[in-house]
Amino acid sequence: MTALKGLLPVVASAHGPEIDRLIFWVHLLMFVLLVGWGLYFVVTLFKFRRRKNPKADYHGVHSHVSTWVEIGVVIVEAVLLIGLSIPFWSRKVIALPEGDVIEVRVNAEQFAWNIHYPGPDGTFGKTDWKFFDKAANPMGIDRNDPAGQDDITTINQLHLPVGKTVLIHLSSRDMIHSFFLPEMRVKQDVIPGLNIPTWFTPTRIGQWEIACAQLCGLGHYRMRGFMTIHPPEAYEAWLAEQAVPAEAATTDDFWN
Amino acid sequence: MEAIPYTVKPREETGLYNGKLGIWLFLASEVMLFGALFSTYVILRLGSLKWPAGSSILNVPIGALNTVVLITSSVTMVFAWLSLKEKNFSGFRRQMGFTILLALLFLLVKWFFEYTPKFQHHLYPGKNTFLAIYFVLTGLHALHVVGGIAVNAYFWGPGSRMWTMEPDRFTNRVEIAGLYWHFVDLVWIFLFPVLYLL
Amino acid sequence: MKTPFWRKYIFSTDHKTIGIQYGFTSLFFLLFGFALMMLMRWQLAFPGQPIPFIGKLLGETRAPDGIMLPEFYNELGAMHGTIMVFLGVVPLGAGCFGNLLVPLQIGAPDMAFPKLNMASYWIYFVGGVVMLASFLLPGGAASSGWTSYPPLADIAPVGQTVWILGMVFLATSSLLGAVNFITTILHLRAKGLTFMRLPIFVWAQLVTAFLLLLAFPPLEAAAVLQLSDRLLQTSFFLPSGLMVSGEPLKASGGGSVLLWQHLFWFLGHPEVYVILLPAIGIVAEIIANNIRKPLWGYRSMVYSTLFIGFMSFIVWAHHMFLTGMGTTISAFFQATTMIISIPSVVILSCLFISLWGGSIRFNTAMLFALAFLPMFGIGGLTGLPLGLAASDIHLHDTYYVIGHFHYVVAPGVLLALFSGIYHWYPKFTGRHMNEFLGKLHFWPTLFLMNAIFFPMLIQGLAGVSRRLYDGGLQYAHAQGVLPLNKLMSYAAWLLALAQILFILNLFVSMFKGRKVASDNPWEATTLEWQTPTPPDHGNFVTLPVVHRGPYEYSLPGAGRDFTPQSEP
Ligand code: HEA
Ligand code: HEA
Ligand code: CUA
Ligand SMILES: [Cu+2]
Repeated sequence: MTALKGLLPVVASAHGPEIDRLIFWVHLLMFVLLVGWGLYFVVTLFKFRRRKNPKADYHGVHSHVSTWVEIGVVIVEAVLLIGLSIPFWSRKVIALPEGDVIEVRVNAEQFAWNIHYPGPDGTFGKTDWKFFDKAANPMGIDRNDPAGQDDITTINQLHLPVGKTVLIHLSSRDMIHSFFLPEMRVKQDVIPGLNIPTWFTPTRIGQWEIACAQLCGLGHYRMRGFMTIHPPEAYEAWLAEQAVPAEAATTDDFWN
Repeated sequence: MEAIPYTVKPREETGLYNGKLGIWLFLASEVMLFGALFSTYVILRLGSLKWPAGSSILNVPIGALNTVVLITSSVTMVFAWLSLKEKNFSGFRRQMGFTILLALLFLLVKWFFEYTPKFQHHLYPGKNTFLAIYFVLTGLHALHVVGGIAVNAYFWGPGSRMWTMEPDRFTNRVEIAGLYWHFVDLVWIFLFPVLYLL
Repeated sequence: MKTPFWRKYIFSTDHKTIGIQYGFTSLFFLLFGFALMMLMRWQLAFPGQPIPFIGKLLGETRAPDGIMLPEFYNELGAMHGTIMVFLGVVPLGAGCFGNLLVPLQIGAPDMAFPKLNMASYWIYFVGGVVMLASFLLPGGAASSGWTSYPPLADIAPVGQTVWILGMVFLATSSLLGAVNFITTILHLRAKGLTFMRLPIFVWAQLVTAFLLLLAFPPLEAAAVLQLSDRLLQTSFFLPSGLMVSGEPLKASGGGSVLLWQHLFWFLGHPEVYVILLPAIGIVAEIIANNIRKPLWGYRSMVYSTLFIGFMSFIVWAHHMFLTGMGTTISAFFQATTMIISIPSVVILSCLFISLWGGSIRFNTAMLFALAFLPMFGIGGLTGLPLGLAASDIHLHDTYYVIGHFHYVVAPGVLLALFSGIYHWYPKFTGRHMNEFLGKLHFWPTLFLMNAIFFPMLIQGLAGVSRRLYDGGLQYAHAQGVLPLNKLMSYAAWLLALAQILFILNLFVSMFKGRKVASDNPWEATTLEWQTPTPPDHGNFVTLPVVHRGPYEYSLPGAGRDFTPQSEP
């Protein structure tokens, strides 16, 4: 487990350890098979080289150990599948959190993440591309809609409080992208024409990246966003600060 | 050097000669091709908010006429093959001639009474999803018809020289062309109700 | 009557000539695909630095001042994948080895449809030329990945259109080839050659042909739809309301982005077994021959191969777990993916166990074949965490995936194909390849391939995305594993050097190689060795009759340690 920890990014979300545990168990299975068969392989090649064993045995192995190994593999795979992977999928991917959650919309474009907070009223304003303005209104929010007046948008800046579940609605205006938060163990393809939710609960304070994991054009490699997980008070302060100049979106190319 | 076996006579286990087995396999792949396109139709239709009734855009009587034309050509195709079985070469020529003419008629009707009026009304494939799938499905089918005409014309004309030397082999070839032609017909029989009526 | 040169060597209908044509063409494409990758590996190891020597030759639109542009990187990536899969490995495994060996191993005078066979090759050839030519178009070759996902591919420059046309050629060629192989195997088997006496290689080719036959048409359909999106302005793969670079996209909309992915992977997954199965067949033949005993569990291997063929049609969506899939569907595809791994485990186990009790002869071909086993093992095992949707969340579209399948296709399948070349070379040339050079080719190749592909697994676990023009340079989370990029690139270039030994060996041995002592230099049991060397047009002097299974080595009571299938 520790060996694998060194290879994976730090884990900063509540469900992350579950994914890591699955990755660990599968790799353990792989490792056992690799070492087991590997040792067998080396020994056999050595033992039955022509010089040592000039006459081959027509019948070969009689025992059925390999059948038992195969059955073992089936059982372990079944346990991982039914015991870990499928339940995880239904609990942590498909079932959505309820109650006190932060909702954020993320709309991907070539090659940036447009982030849309509902503002103090907790409801998203209506959006329509006819209000679109590259700098001032990248999400096309209808500022005449009462719900839309306090909405906050940023580009590439995702700020969240620690310990609170966040539900992100992902959409794309052009290509397929993939919203990847390595430290949160979150990845979700963003498909044009679909609205796909994803959620997690940050458990650590820190600054990490949003990566794009799906080829989306020549700037795919630099479609990087910035995520800051604040202590709760600092998050509120950030929100308040954003609420003041509602016109211009923040576009810094770094954590801010 | 030995000749390739089962080019004319069937192999016992399968009951088929090579060419016939080959065409069945080919048709299996064609089923997958059109199957994928029909699935596309279903998926796009289920995912759409509104879907026009085919009859509101397409000309059902003309489509029905073409259905009859194509079915008739399938029948004459069978007669062409049967004529060869009865060693009646001129009968084959006649029936095969009908098949080709009917296929040409199908294409002419398609072009002048289906596609051209659509274009005149600016109903291009890019207009909406229904027209897109209509043009792609019928266009691909029309290409298959063109292919069938080419093959049949070959057997009607230069290819028929084989009749004098290897009549059995020639008969087999016509049978194979027939199987393909029936398949093309069958695809249309699916296309017509799906696009025009449903 | 003397056959004119062009009938004999260019437009030949002899399966052996066609096989050799496939062989050289596909080796050329492998080398070309590798060359593309060596350019990319420069950019990954030294992002933004001018490519030495040849950088300036690439042209202003690709690499101004020798520095590769992201557009060009994407072209190289998409074309590396396409070329390696569709123009390199599959034509080599199925086209070349299939053509050379299937008729011989089943005791047939030729393929069932020799003219169709010739057509398959030439259509493949044209498809290849079309693909290569696309690099010269304005905007370059296809650049949306070998998977060509729309919307990106729908609005990409004209190279994508040509890619589609090329794919239509390649699909047509494969379909004709598949019809031919299935008919040949079902109909032209020699007398007495029942199904349970077929060499594993023939079984593998049979299943491969069925996969090609049934899986390619949906991709052809998808290609037609994408072509129509690009040329007729339809919106099969474009949903409504797209906005590209701040401008609303002029398209009717109403299409589905995921439709393409379903159609693509319906081919794409069977295609990976099309890559794998011929290699397994080759390895099985060579191992049986060099352990001098029958394969263990012949029947299990046959049934596993059939089962893989069947199952490979219902696992495709494991490439799409993260497209917003519900629990039921994802559970279904996870389960089928786990199930399909079992027959691979069985086949590999059978090959491993076959070794026990053998009298193992380590010639070059055998070394390559043996190395295939653990390499495919690692490749296959790394497929398991990808097949479990929950762990795929972290690993999807990272270098872990790249590492997974390269372990299968490069140190796995490529080594198996090399093995086949070393093994069957004497049959078709009458001379042996040089054993010493062969071993000198083997060890560096095995070692360097591991040095390239193992670090990818590590980068993938760290979360480095694939298809990154700078190899992850910008990302903080990639910094720890960034130095590995240089290691991998050096290994890749050294790997290229090691291949020079192979190329030399391949060509020089034709003229200088040791002559074969008999028609059956490896003392093998299968029918291809019962022909004259090289076999004439028509193959056998008299068509053989088969009396026994394919691997009767060291049969107790027999005079020699091998009993050919045709021996009564
Ligand atoms: C020939 C090629 C090939 C083969 C055989 C396989 C085999 C398998 N593949 Fe792979 N795969 C690809 C080629 C291949 N794959 C490619 C090209 C892609 C990426 C495409 C793209 O996105 O561009 C891919 C991607 C891919 C994905 C999608 C990942 C993602 O995008 O997120 C998944 C997920 O399930 C997967 C799973 C599997 C599984 C479970 C197998 C199983 O069949 C494997 C079964 C085998 C075993 C389980 C081995 C058993 C071993 C032993 C018993 C002994 C071991 C002993 C020693 C090592 C000594 N593959
Ligand atoms: C069968 C398939 C196949 C094969 C064999 C290979 C082989 C190799 N691949 Fe490839 N690769 C893919 C299929 C394949 N690849 C695919 C599908 C992708 C994904 C593309 C995408 O993202 O869309 C990919 C992507 C890919 C990437 C990721 C790029 C990215 O995400 O940005 C990298 C990175 O290093 C890579 C490297 C290599 C290397 C170093 C080899 C080496 O192993 C190459 C070794 C080659 C040889 C050893 C040549 C042998 C030939 C000869 C010796 C010729 C003799 C010639 C004559 C006699 C004329 N590949
Ligand atoms: Cu967005 Cu890659
Ligand atoms: Cu797959």
